[in-house]
Amino acid sequence: MLQMTQIKKVYRTELIETHALRELSLSVNEGEFIAVTGPSGSGKTTFLNIVGLLETFEHGTYMLDGKDVSRLNDDDRSAFRNQKIGFIFQSFNLIPDLNLFENIDVPLRYRGLPAGDRKQRIENALETVGLASRMRHIPAQLSGGQQQRVAIARALAGDPKVLLADEPTGNLDTTMAHQVMDLLEQIHAAGTTIVMVTHDPELANRAERNIHLIDGRVSGEEFVHSQDEIPQAVKLNGSEPLVAQL
Amino acid sequence: MFNYNIKLALKSMRRNPIMTALMVAAIAVGIGISMTTLTVHYMMSGNPIPEKSDTLFAITLDSWNPLRPFNDDRPERGPHQVTFHDAERLIALGKAKRQTAMFESSLIIEPVNEDELPFEAGARVTNADFFSMFNVPFIYGSSWDKSADSAAEPVVVLTRELNERFYGGEDSVGERLTMQGIQFQIVGVIDNWEPTPRFYDPINGGFQDINEMFIPFTLTRALELGSNGSDWGWKSEETTTFEQWLNSESVWVQYWIELDSGSVNDRDDYVTHLNAYVGEQKKLGRFERPLNNRIFNVMEWMEYHEVVANDAKVLLGLSFLFLLVCLLSTIALLLTKFIGKTNEISLRRALGASRKVIFNQQIAEVAVIGTTGGLIGLALAGLGLQGIEYLYDAPAGLVRLDWIMMFAAIGMAITSSVIAGIYPAWRVCQIPPAAQLKTQ
Repeated sequence: MLQMTQIKKVYRTELIETHALRELSLSVNEGEFIAVTGPSGSGKTTFLNIVGLLETFEHGTYMLDGKDVSRLNDDDRSAFRNQKIGFIFQSFNLIPDLNLFENIDVPLRYRGLPAGDRKQRIENALETVGLASRMRHIPAQLSGGQQQRVAIARALAGDPKVLLADEPTGNLDTTMAHQVMDLLEQIHAAGTTIVMVTHDPELANRAERNIHLIDGRVSGEEFVHSQDEIPQAVKLNGSEPLVAQL
Repeated sequence: MFNYNIKLALKSMRRNPIMTALMVAAIAVGIGISMTTLTVHYMMSGNPIPEKSDTLFAITLDSWNPLRPFNDDRPERGPHQVTFHDAERLIALGKAKRQTAMFESSLIIEPVNEDELPFEAGARVTNADFFSMFNVPFIYGSSWDKSADSAAEPVVVLTRELNERFYGGEDSVGERLTMQGIQFQIVGVIDNWEPTPRFYDPINGGFQDINEMFIPFTLTRALELGSNGSDWGWKSEETTTFEQWLNSESVWVQYWIELDSGSVNDRDDYVTHLNAYVGEQKKLGRFERPLNNRIFNVMEWMEYHEVVANDAKVLLGLSFLFLLVCLLSTIALLLTKFIGKTNEISLRRALGASRKVIFNQQIAEVAVIGTTGGLIGLALAGLGLQGIEYLYDAPAGLVRLDWIMMFAAIGMAITSSVIAGIYPAWRVCQIPPAAQLKTQ
């Protein structure tokens, strides 16, 4: 589904160069649920932005759903992003003066879907996250957990190949965080590929596989298919095998 | 996406009403002022008779002082009008398809209703051809015929207003009206006719009301009609009698012709005719200046008399400069507003909006702001024009916003605001999709 090879990303200012990703290679299979962890500054957000085609990179190749997206121009990246990728952000990122229906409608409009199709998708997505009755509410009338569910509905409505979640429970209390994670697991169980960035080891352990980043490199990988399975140490990017500390 | 963009534009405008109001006000004031001056300019400089403006000609004959030109600043120009006797002779010679001499005068009317007191009314003393040359519309009757010109018959054509006053708007053709103690037969009543500018007589005011009635030029001598319009003279002459005045070198009669076409050949032919006439007069000791006989079509005549004053042109330029300042203010406000939408733009980009889609969305918003500003500006222009009418005591209807000007106002508002919005919209399109998503 997703294959990154030797990806490098450097941020430059007049004074310094910051290597956000250093020859990062990674594959994610269709239907997988992976968690990406790492300390602040390790490159998690940059990684997610590149996976989500929100940023370009200097070197390497990136195949998404069988297509080389490394050299797509801005318009093509926008269209591909719209069709293949769903986003869930830490701060929900809903547009405050649009109601739930209109918020979920945003990416569908850009896809050029007919009105009837969009309506059906929006209603189904809101039904999935349990907010069908709040369709005409604006975000400020909802709790944080509900807003995140709307963001998930917005991502789901587009029927994405990959769902990218950036600290999806970072702004939620424990109860709501668990509800959101339960929802993500249901979505995964339905066959959607999920890539989640998180600081929280407990949440990371609910994924099938954990990727640990340090200094822009994958420093370790752990398969967590079931709780009784022993974490596997794997060799990555030609470096020495490491046991991921999650 | 068009409807969607308009809907988003309205939401965005409501989100920050004060900034929206400032932008709308800037555009409205700019459009209001520029449309006010543009409308005045448009009305003043418009072609008042487009269907014939190339074939109607005013003539000038340089019968002026041999020692000094009529206009020291423009020595190539002869007097704007002709002498009465030259007009009489040119009418007699014919030559053009149609021709008319004319001047402004006034007559004392004894009203039909005996309770009303006699009053003085303005008259245009002219020839039968006047009406057909200038496409004057009639509601009743028609012009007098040429035999009435020849015989100096006391016939009159009334304006609609005068006919309304005396006959309640009924058909008065055949009725008799007593003026200067003489019974005039009414032969026609003209419909509303307000050529703007009053191209056939810019000498006496391009924006004056038309005269209340029309009578034959040949009655001048019989009724000893004086001119109420401008007259110029250069020669020291004895003019104690009316006949002496008519035969003097004073110029006070306007002379117009209609040619078959406005072609160079037709124009040259007529000027040759004038030169031949002047050549004959030279033999009689008149026209001592070098040959300088010219003809001017309608728009040339308007330009000749600077019907659109230079002040109006300067004012028009200044008002457009003011509009530019308003638009620059709008650009600054738009930049501020659009930069304030960075988070939303970033999100929309992340959700799949291309730069073009974002650009179109912002342009739709400035177009809506421009349309709103244009509509309010139109109302301001209406008030401005009323103010001008009041201040300058302009004839009613001279400065009105017609449909063309209304569409022009809205079009100008939208176009100028969209132009103002291009740079801010382009700037906002450059926001990368990942810019603000983490920090919201």
